[in-house]
Order: sequence, then structure tokens, then C-alpha cells
Amino acid sequence: MINSSLKQLSSQLKARKISSVELTQLYLDRINQFNPDLNAYITLNAETSLAQARDADARLAQGKGEVLTGIPFAQKDIFCAKGWRTTCGSKMLETFISPYDAHVISQFNEAGAVNLGKTNMDEFAMGSSNETSYFGKVKNPWNRNAVPGGSSGGTAAAVAGRLCAAATGTDTGGSIRQPAALCGISGLKPTYGVVSRYGMIAFASSLDQAGPMARSAEDLALMMNVMAGFDKRDSTSLQRDKEDYTRSLEQPLKGLRIGLPKEFFGEGLSADVGKAVEAAIAEYKKLGATIVDISLPNSRLSIPVYYVLAPAEASSNLSRFDGVRYGHRAKEYGDLAEMYEKSRSEGFGEEVKRRIMIGTYVLSHGYYDAYYLKAQKIRRLIAQDFVEAYKHCDVIMGPTSPTTAFNLGEKGDDPVQMYLSDIYTIAVNLAGLPGMSIPCGFGAKGMPVGLQIIGNYFDEARMLNVAHQYQLATDHHTRAPQQIAL
Amino acid sequence: MQWEIVIGLEVHAQLSTKTKIFSGASTAFGAEPNTQADAVSIALPGVLPVLNKGAVERAILFGLATGAHIAPRSVFARKNYFYPDLPKGYQISQMDLPVVGKGELTIHVPVVGKAEPYEKVVRLTRAHLEEDAGKSLHEDFHGMTGIDLNRAGTPLLEIVSEPDMRSAAEAIAYAKTLHTLVQWIGICDGNMQEGSFRCDVNVSVRHPGEEYGTRREIKNLNSFKFMQQAIDYEVQWQIDTLENGGKIQQATVLFNPDTGETRSMRSKEDAHDYRYFPDPDLLPLEISKEWIEQLRETMPELPRSKQLRYVNELGLSAYDAATLTSSREMADFFEVTLLSIPKDAKICANWIMGEVSAQLNRDNLEMTRCPITSQQLGGMLARIADGTISNSGAKEVFRSMWSEGGNADAIIEAKGLKQVSDVGALEAMVDEIIAAHAEKVAEYRSGKDKLFGFFVGLAMKASKGKANPAQMNDILKKKLAG
Repeated sequence: MINSSLKQLSSQLKARKISSVELTQLYLDRINQFNPDLNAYITLNAETSLAQARDADARLAQGKGEVLTGIPFAQKDIFCAKGWRTTCGSKMLETFISPYDAHVISQFNEAGAVNLGKTNMDEFAMGSSNETSYFGKVKNPWNRNAVPGGSSGGTAAAVAGRLCAAATGTDTGGSIRQPAALCGISGLKPTYGVVSRYGMIAFASSLDQAGPMARSAEDLALMMNVMAGFDKRDSTSLQRDKEDYTRSLEQPLKGLRIGLPKEFFGEGLSADVGKAVEAAIAEYKKLGATIVDISLPNSRLSIPVYYVLAPAEASSNLSRFDGVRYGHRAKEYGDLAEMYEKSRSEGFGEEVKRRIMIGTYVLSHGYYDAYYLKAQKIRRLIAQDFVEAYKHCDVIMGPTSPTTAFNLGEKGDDPVQMYLSDIYTIAVNLAGLPGMSIPCGFGAKGMPVGLQIIGNYFDEARMLNVAHQYQLATDHHTRAPQQIAL
Repeated sequence: MQWEIVIGLEVHAQLSTKTKIFSGASTAFGAEPNTQADAVSIALPGVLPVLNKGAVERAILFGLATGAHIAPRSVFARKNYFYPDLPKGYQISQMDLPVVGKGELTIHVPVVGKAEPYEKVVRLTRAHLEEDAGKSLHEDFHGMTGIDLNRAGTPLLEIVSEPDMRSAAEAIAYAKTLHTLVQWIGICDGNMQEGSFRCDVNVSVRHPGEEYGTRREIKNLNSFKFMQQAIDYEVQWQIDTLENGGKIQQATVLFNPDTGETRSMRSKEDAHDYRYFPDPDLLPLEISKEWIEQLRETMPELPRSKQLRYVNELGLSAYDAATLTSSREMADFFEVTLLSIPKDAKICANWIMGEVSAQLNRDNLEMTRCPITSQQLGGMLARIADGTISNSGAKEVFRSMWSEGGNADAIIEAKGLKQVSDVGALEAMVDEIIAAHAEKVAEYRSGKDKLFGFFVGLAMKASKGKANPAQMNDILKKKLAG
């Protein structure tokens, strides 16, 4: 059951061969068993989950179930969910119970899905290892000494560890794709604006995008059908016709032109990852694809550009956490300034403070032009590189992350080393393009390797097709970590 | 040594939308604290702003009314600072690309001791959309501060002028003209007590011909009276400071109505670095030509256009024209009244600016609550014009209409106020008077002109005040001449 696809679960539920309550209980039991060690979840609420499951069963019994009705999903703790504690991985929101649902949450609720719990994450989605969470480190199900990646590390570990059927993530610089790669699962960051950001706690508004994380491309497509769509509550949500993301899954890949950016295969890429990615490319050739060498010359600037723009936006987005209306407030303070200072000093962790300071600095009078404006200009050049590249290819492929999962604590003292973990993913956010990661084999220590697939704007259905055809031909995505497979 | 005063204004006009600029919460004034603070107003995690189209339309109308450039593309920016009544830790405003660009406003400045005001054109630098903050309540909380976020997110249009004013009178004339205009075009209710129209006044002094002096900004003036007092005090303070060898430091000052003084709130040194940057939650605001044209069609005739028409076509003075266009209700009242006596604009103007305004003042009423309609007034003025009633009779009709209603003809009839215009009857009356006062007639005829008034008095008395005065005068003159 826990290795079933969403499609299989859906038909079993609809056929009443299993109930949503049984399925939900199964996952809750597994969470009880494995989560104390993995720490993939921050908040569980079994009664609420089971109540949702009972509602789903009633709906299914009436024959009114939709595809996802009754299926238990986990939600990244960045999405506000009514009645649920929503922490964003921070002490600042340790006691915050959201009075409203994020768009993504209400979409799952309307589909009749069950919310199993809120998954762990780097604090305010700032991190690449899930080590910045106030609620403790998450362990990689493939190796308890390794990180799951971040910031959607809890989601990645929960999906890989079969502690949910599938789950949501968000991706500002690689936060869906990098943990998906490090935990051996599939994850999709849609085109910016495809999934509403309403109710998703903002990190860097112009880069943040929610997306699905699951065990196969087919699962991702089914989730996209629920998550995507215009929402008037988000001004950056795109007004487009509803689309069926499964529509192209079965299309053969003959004639597919795959662009390989030379910048993604140079210095810094570890040999085992390179080897697995090359094997995947070879597999695609077998499936009928042709290879095109391309260049993304400005992508080398994506990390410096990102670490100007994302902190700039974050420094402003996180100003609302001031201890005045909700969230952490220092117990003792003399005056207003001290209340702000102590509440924020106590409520935020080191990485968040670091980024607030960087962001405040680059927006300061006298520095704005040299940092923020310049970064915006380079951002456009980076996007232009992709426009140029897509004149010659249909999708771009490369490694998702330069290495497989590194060890817990390994990069803790060196933020720049940590930032480099996202070197292949960040340009995609800066350009607003869709990107995904799918498992493509294993590295030196038996740790999963992710293949990144970058599509043109709104090409999600095509990307899912490209991923699905590979997954029909290979079995990397079906492999489960031994210690927790049943 | 001569000093020249230099003044520029920044006015925050609260736009009259039903809901907030970035959310659906109500903007109604006076509700219980925080009952109009929705998720966006209290800046819950994850909420996003959605621009209220009505606020943009009002900004466009203002641009049209001041002949300003309306930006086809403008950008919302975040102004970052911490304050408890600023829930997001930033205010959404516009910085580099405001929705309304350069415009102008013609003002009429009254001069003490002169009947006619002088005209001046004040240049507008820009007008931009932004959200208001909430309120910090320092009373009633025993050493703590209460926060009311009802006002947070209320739409404001910040209207910035060039430093074109050269006296307090000009500054006030500008503020009043602007105050009239925003109400005239229906974008702001103009209620100054409720903070719907707040003025920041930048004041500096210099010797004529020199560079601008250092300015100090008087914040948040919410009455024209305070504005006058604040400017007067500030100007004198700056002149005294400079004449005593001091220097003016750029500063923000507050006016204290109790003492009539301004005092420094913060100097330039501790000014905030607001770290403006484009708000990534909002797309650039794009305004099409079609949208502007649609709104242009809904625009009423503006005060300036009416003023020119009143002077050029109706022959009124600039003063009358300015007074009659001091509100849209006043102008409407005047124009409808005029329909009854199209050739006597001056009489209409005099009555409206005189009796009607005085009576409204006495009863403490707005023009909209005027107990007599413009049709009623017009009906009465027509009876003056056609000689049916005298001016004094008209005043009686007016008083009656004001307190009891009814139309002029019915009141004239009921009160018997109709003038006697029958020449024969008047001549007979005059003949009797002449016969009864032969001595005085002789004195008059020998050159004592002053006695004419005496005869007028007798004649009016004889007619019980109903004689048509002009006619009576003519007859008296003729008969007395012998």
C-alpha cells in the first residue's frame, strides 16, 4: 500500500477496497514509528486528520470522490492551514495557529484530500539542509547521518520514508528540487505564478513558488491538477485556462531535443553525480531524444544575484514578525525598541538573521544601486540566456545538486559552501521557469542522485511527460530506503 | 531686511472607496477598534495585497482634474520602517514611478482690504497612491499602547506641490482649493476632523532672489485655522532664528494647537532610511488610454471652468465666481437658481452669497441641507426682477420660505406683499402728499434737495411699503419739479 501510486490509491479508495480512515491510520502509525527519528513532521493532529478522512469516506461512499479524495498528504509548514499550528520552522511562530487556509491548502481540502500534518523545513525556508529549523534537524531516510536537503527537507524525508502518500513543498532557490534529489524522490517547481502564493508565508516573493513532491512524475501531475490555477487573492497569480497536467504523460519522446548547458557539467560537480546524470542522458537518447549543447553564460552569476535579491525581499517580508500582533514576544523589555530587538533576536535563528542583515544592507541608501538594481539587471540577463537556449532545445537537463546528500553538520559553519549546494537550481527561480528533479540513480555511498529537468514557461505538462517516460523505462524512482521500507 | 516665505504642501487625501486599498475590509470611520481589521490589515503571515481598482480610478480623476500626466505604468514600492501601527513593517506606497505626474492648480488668494482676490497657478509635482497606517492609542491603557488597525490600509492619495506659495494666505488658498477639488470630483469626503484631508506644510524663508532656505516640515495639520497659526509661528521662528545669527536645521515639526507653537519632532540626522524597493507582491500598475477616456467622460465641469464662465459669460467678478464655486453644491445651487432669471446672474449671486449663506451659517447647516431649494429661490428672484415684490418684500418672502416652506407666489399672495405699480394710484398718492406739505415742497423747489428722502418716506408710508420704489421715485421727482 505505501508504495502505491496516487492513481492506484485513488482507484482503491473509489472502489472502497480501502477506506481513507484506514489509509490515514496506516500513515499515522508509520509516522509514530519513524518520525521520532526522522523528525520529518513538526505538527501532527491525528484527530483532525482522521476527521477529514471520515469526511472523505462519506464523500467516496456517495460516489462523489475526486482523484485525490481520501488520500493523505503532508503539507510543508510554510502553508497556513486553518486551525493548524503554522510555524514556518521558526520559534517566532512556535505558537501561531493559523485562522485561515492558504490557497494550496484549500485546494487540497476541496479535493477531499487528508492533511496528515505539517512538515519540517528550514526556518522561513532559508537553508539547503533543513538544519536551520527551530524544530530540529531532519534526517535523510537513506542515511541517518545525512541531511535531507532543504528547505523542503521534512517533505522530502516524509515522501521518501513513506510517511505520507505525497506532499507539498516550496522552492525559492531550489527548495523543492534539491531535497527531492537528495532524498530520491520527484519534485516540481512550476512556472512562477502558476500556483497561488496566497497563505504561503513569504520568503522572497518574486522567487517563491509552491509545488508538489512525490514518488513519481505521474503523482506530481495529479497533484498539479489540484494545486495550479488562477487565484485573485495573489496579484502575481497568472490568469490562464485550467489545464490537465496528465494530458501529455504518455507521449513518446522521439524527437525531443535536450539542451545540456556546459556550465552545469564543469568544476564543482562531483564525479558520482555526473556519472548518474550522464547515464540518464544516455537513457533519454535510447528513448529517441537528441542532445544539443547549449550555454547559459550568466548562470554563474546566479548565486551572487540570488543572495542580493532574496535577502532584500526577505528583510522586508519578515518585518511583520515584530511581536506586536502575533508570534513570539520577549517576556521582558523596557521600551518599544527593546521589545522589537529582543523579540526578533530571540524569535529568529542565525541564518534568518544573517539574511535579514544582508537584505537590509543591500537596500540601504547609497548601496541600492550597486547591489539591488545591479542584481535585477543581471537577473534579466540570466532569464535571457534561457530564452536564447530554448531556440535550440525543448528541455534543459543537468544535475539538480552538485553532490549527493552531505552529512549533518558538514556545512554548518560555512554558509557559502551551503549556498553552493543550489548552484544549478537558482537560475531557474531567477528566470521564473519551471524546473523539476527526478531520481536518476545512486552515487558513491548509495545515496540518490537527482536529474534536473528545466522547461520553458508553462511547459510543465511536457516536462512531466519527459520525466514519466523515463520513469516507465527505469526503476530508480521506485527504490525505497531500506531501513524504513515495509 | 526683506524676507520671502517659501511654502510647499504635501496633502494626504483619503480616497472615498468603500473598501481598503489592498483588501476587502471596510474603510468606514468610527467603528469599534480592530473590527475592520481583516487578515491583510493585521498582516497575518502569508496574506497578499490586491489593488482596489476604485482607488486607482480616483487617482486618475485627480490627474484629469489637474491637467496632469497620468502614468501608463506606475510602480508600488515598499517603504520599510518599524512602528506598532504599521502591521507589515512597511507601507505600500509609490516612489520612483507615481500614478500622477506634473499638474497644476489655479488658486484665488484673498488680500486684506481689497475686494478682489488675485489669481495664481501652483504647480503640482506628483500625486501617488499609498496605504494609511493604523492608530496608536496612548490614553486609557495605563502606561501601555493600544493599537487600532481599522485605518490600516485605507487608501490615500498623497498630493505634492512645488514650493510655489509665498505666504500663509497662498498656502491656505491652495489647501482650500485642493480641498474643494477633491470633494468636487468625488474622490474624497474632505472631512478634516476625521483625518480625510491632512496637510504637511514645508516652510522656509529666504531673502528674495536667493536660493531656497532650509525647510522645516510641519506635519499633519487638519484645519485651515491651525495651518494659518502654524505657518505664522514657524515663519516668525525661522526669521528670528536667522536674524539672531542662528541656522535652520532641516527637521520635522509638530504644531501644538494649545500653545500655538511648533516644535521639532526629529531632525534630518535621525531621519529613517526607508529602504524603498518595488513591491514584488504587486505587478506594475498599467493604465490604458481607454480607461482614462472612460473616466474623463464621467468628470463634472470643474470649478476652474465654471469660474471662467461666470466671469466671461455672466459678468460676475472673480471674487463672486470663486465664492460660488467653493463647493459643487454651491455652484449647482447657483446654476439652478439662475435658470429662473437667466439675465440676472448678479442678483442670484448676491442672494446666494448673502442671505442664503448667512442663514445657513446661522443655522449651522451645509448647503446640502439648505431648507429652500434653488427652484424656490429662483421663483422668488423672478418676482423681484419683474417688479412684483420689492427687495424688502423679498426678504420677508425669503424668511417665510426658510422657516415654513412654500413657493414665492403663494407667500406673496398670502402676505399681501405685492408692490403697487399702478401709475395712477401712485400719482394720486403723490398729489395728496404735495398738497398736504406745501411748505416743504417750496423749500425743496428752492434748492433743498435733501428733502427728497423726506418725501420718499411719506410716499412709502402712504403705500404701506408696497409701492414699487423705482416707479415711486420717478413720479416724485417729476411732480416735485413742478
